[in-house]
Amino acid sequence: MGRLKSPGELATLRQAILAKRDPNRPCITVCSGTGCSAYGSEKVFATFEAALSPLKGKIDLRRTGCHGFCERGTMVVIYPDEVCYVQVQPEDVPAIVASVRNGKILERLLYVDPVTGKKITLEPEIPFYRNQQRLIFGNNRRIDPQSIEDYIALGGYDALAKALNGMTPEQIVGEIKKSNLRGRGGAGFPTGTKWETVRNAPGEPKYVIVNCDEGDPGAYMDRSLMEGNPHSVLEGLVIGAYAIGSHEGFIYIRNEYPLAVENVGIALRQAEEYGLLGENILGSGFNLKVVINRGGGAFVCGESTALMASLEGQVGEPRAKYIHTAVSGLWEKPSCLNNVETFANVPLIITNGADWYRGIGTERSKGTKIFSLVGKVNNTGLVEVPMGTTLREIIYNIGGGIREGKRFKAVQTGGPSGGMIPEQHLDLPIDFDELTRVGSMMGSGGMIVMDESTCMVDIARYFISFLEEESCGKCVPCREGLLHMREILDDICEGRGKPGDIEVMMRLSATMKDAALCALGQTAPNPVLSSIHYFKDEYEAHINEKRCPAKVCKALITYSIIDEKCPGCGICVKNCPQEAIESQGKKKPAVIHSENCVRCGICYDVCRLDAIEVE
Amino acid sequence: MVTINIDGRDIQAKEGSTVFEVARSRGILIPALCNHEAVKPYGACRLCMVEITTKDGRSRLVTSCLYPVEEGLKVNTKSEKVLSVRRGVIELLLSRCPQVREIQELARSLGVTKPPFKARNKDEDCILCGLCVRVCAEVVGANAISLANRGTKKEAAPPFHETAEACIGCLSCAFVCPTGAIKAEDEKGYRVIPRWGVKLKLKRCKACGYHFAPERQLEYMIEKENLPSDSFDHCPACRAKMGQ
Repeated sequence: MGRLKSPGELATLRQAILAKRDPNRPCITVCSGTGCSAYGSEKVFATFEAALSPLKGKIDLRRTGCHGFCERGTMVVIYPDEVCYVQVQPEDVPAIVASVRNGKILERLLYVDPVTGKKITLEPEIPFYRNQQRLIFGNNRRIDPQSIEDYIALGGYDALAKALNGMTPEQIVGEIKKSNLRGRGGAGFPTGTKWETVRNAPGEPKYVIVNCDEGDPGAYMDRSLMEGNPHSVLEGLVIGAYAIGSHEGFIYIRNEYPLAVENVGIALRQAEEYGLLGENILGSGFNLKVVINRGGGAFVCGESTALMASLEGQVGEPRAKYIHTAVSGLWEKPSCLNNVETFANVPLIITNGADWYRGIGTERSKGTKIFSLVGKVNNTGLVEVPMGTTLREIIYNIGGGIREGKRFKAVQTGGPSGGMIPEQHLDLPIDFDELTRVGSMMGSGGMIVMDESTCMVDIARYFISFLEEESCGKCVPCREGLLHMREILDDICEGRGKPGDIEVMMRLSATMKDAALCALGQTAPNPVLSSIHYFKDEYEAHINEKRCPAKVCKALITYSIIDEKCPGCGICVKNCPQEAIESQGKKKPAVIHSENCVRCGICYDVCRLDAIEVE
Repeated sequence: MVTINIDGRDIQAKEGSTVFEVARSRGILIPALCNHEAVKPYGACRLCMVEITTKDGRSRLVTSCLYPVEEGLKVNTKSEKVLSVRRGVIELLLSRCPQVREIQELARSLGVTKPPFKARNKDEDCILCGLCVRVCAEVVGANAISLANRGTKKEAAPPFHETAEACIGCLSCAFVCPTGAIKAEDEKGYRVIPRWGVKLKLKRCKACGYHFAPERQLEYMIEKENLPSDSFDHCPACRAKMGQ
């Protein structure tokens, strides 16, 4: 394949690719995202490959990016109808191939809706997908992430052709400004304004940077996009570089994302080969060189200045941003750093126009947002919805409600520095400003659902410990503040809480918010502040009554046997790792010796008669 | 030049300078522990926070050692907000280093007499301001030490906690250290800096026999400044006597 020299050549190539493909020919697609890979999707794919080799030209086979409904992996979807099979194993392959050949549906592998108990045949009909609007993430399931031709076939790089051919850089900046696109990395800064600042800032060269140092616990939207559809991010990056006048780009990916590193590397090589990157892109005279930089595993490197320090080869520590990185960033040059998802929005805006984009979302937050819905919901996975969708819609309509029929307690949004949002705000339309108003934040899109069995003090302690581990330690309030905050939370969870602890934490929080150097430290108190705000009674129960209402904090609970319910079957005695349960003989209730009990909860889990009580 | 206002006083300031520099040059005292004129500002101690009001009327707390002056900037170095945040920070520092006299004094001046939190190590004397590391890198150019690890495990240390091989024993680090955490001793012809695992031979003056500076430091200076190799055969006092 030679380098494309004009938008016309790109269109011709697309025609040629489409002409080779028969849209009515069955195509079996196997998800190759990290979730499905962990379930063994590679083996499933290889088995399909072997089974389909005699059927070349009759049934196609394709790897795809992550579909987002990861807990049901390995996902297999068969086109053109989009019949969806879940939890597919290599042993299922012959049956699937046979069903495709004779045009039947393999009932046993269909998804069963846990709410209605009904089987669902087509992927788009599954409630988890049906209630989403997948503008950014939707193509993941249609393309092989390692095939640029798959991306081009779906209209890929059309936006770039339009931008380079018919638009001036100023027009592009204007269009992005008009679209009201806000940065998806967390802060929600208007992207167009940032681009304009970089464009107008004196100093050469200018740099463009993709931030894929996603590190929030439980969040993997950027990962799945980079793994599943890297060209969409790359296309946005090239358009951005052209708009701001940059010829050098960096993609900063954490090294813990090997598949993203691999697929982005392939995408870069392919784009170069096709003339969509490098010198004289699509014959426009515009040049851009892009390299991958792998992050070394520090959460703080997701912060823009720390990321730039790391790119420069220095210790990944933030610095003050009184002079914006847009003016003085990487190597003190004007630098445009945007999140993965932000760049992925750009081709859509260029193709469809800012007016179209402004029609989606809320007044001040436009477009869609991908959330990583995890925790105690029935359907976990990646969810893309228009801004303004309520938490209730996401958790109940898409997430299928709380597991095991338990009661919803709170949802943590915005990653470790976000806040806990309680039931009373379930009808909150999610956008940047609304989440901030209730004491949390958008962050990069983590969404951890908690039920009644979650202790809010314990969960605040978890997030504070995470941040303590990840604080770079440069400034005093973050380093020392998190240390003492965690110590106080340890004390509270372990029965050493004192009256006044809440007030001390509030004061510490204020110091951190006002005085910490970067956003990590400034927002670190959020989990504590929001949980105190909404769940103060739980803190008070721990401190004053030495009681953990959710029965989680080990030092504050005891396990005992309900004599009337225990038939002395001995299953708890056998499973107790501490030998803390003594059998009194058959048909007599067992006894837990609390002095040996480590409150691991195994007896509670193994007892089939609910004869174990936690107090 | 721009005009800024600090605590009610209009002050002419050079563009590109920081609020802290301008304040100090006019004798307005802002506390700071990680700042030194010999090295670039760092913004780690957070004691030099001040409240600013920009021309558009927006007020906020900023780090004065990093904030560049701009026309019409109003600065308040001791508003209630500023004092409260400084107290919050010094409480944390005093809790880290309860025995360090400099921290105790600064705390007292801000109205804090007792550390509110228990110290992990009551003998801790390093506040991790990074001045030692920065002066060694930026001024001396030896890069002998660094800040290792992160977060609560952060420490100023020689490479791999062994000997700082590149240390020339000049003691610039000890000189800038705000808490006296870097101790050194000259004895029996050697300079010992325990914190950096360093023991360096001292040069003996050819005239008076006084052991006056580490041999490695003198070699470093000769090499760096391209001086004659016998430049430091004598101690400064004897050189003065010889009229050199």
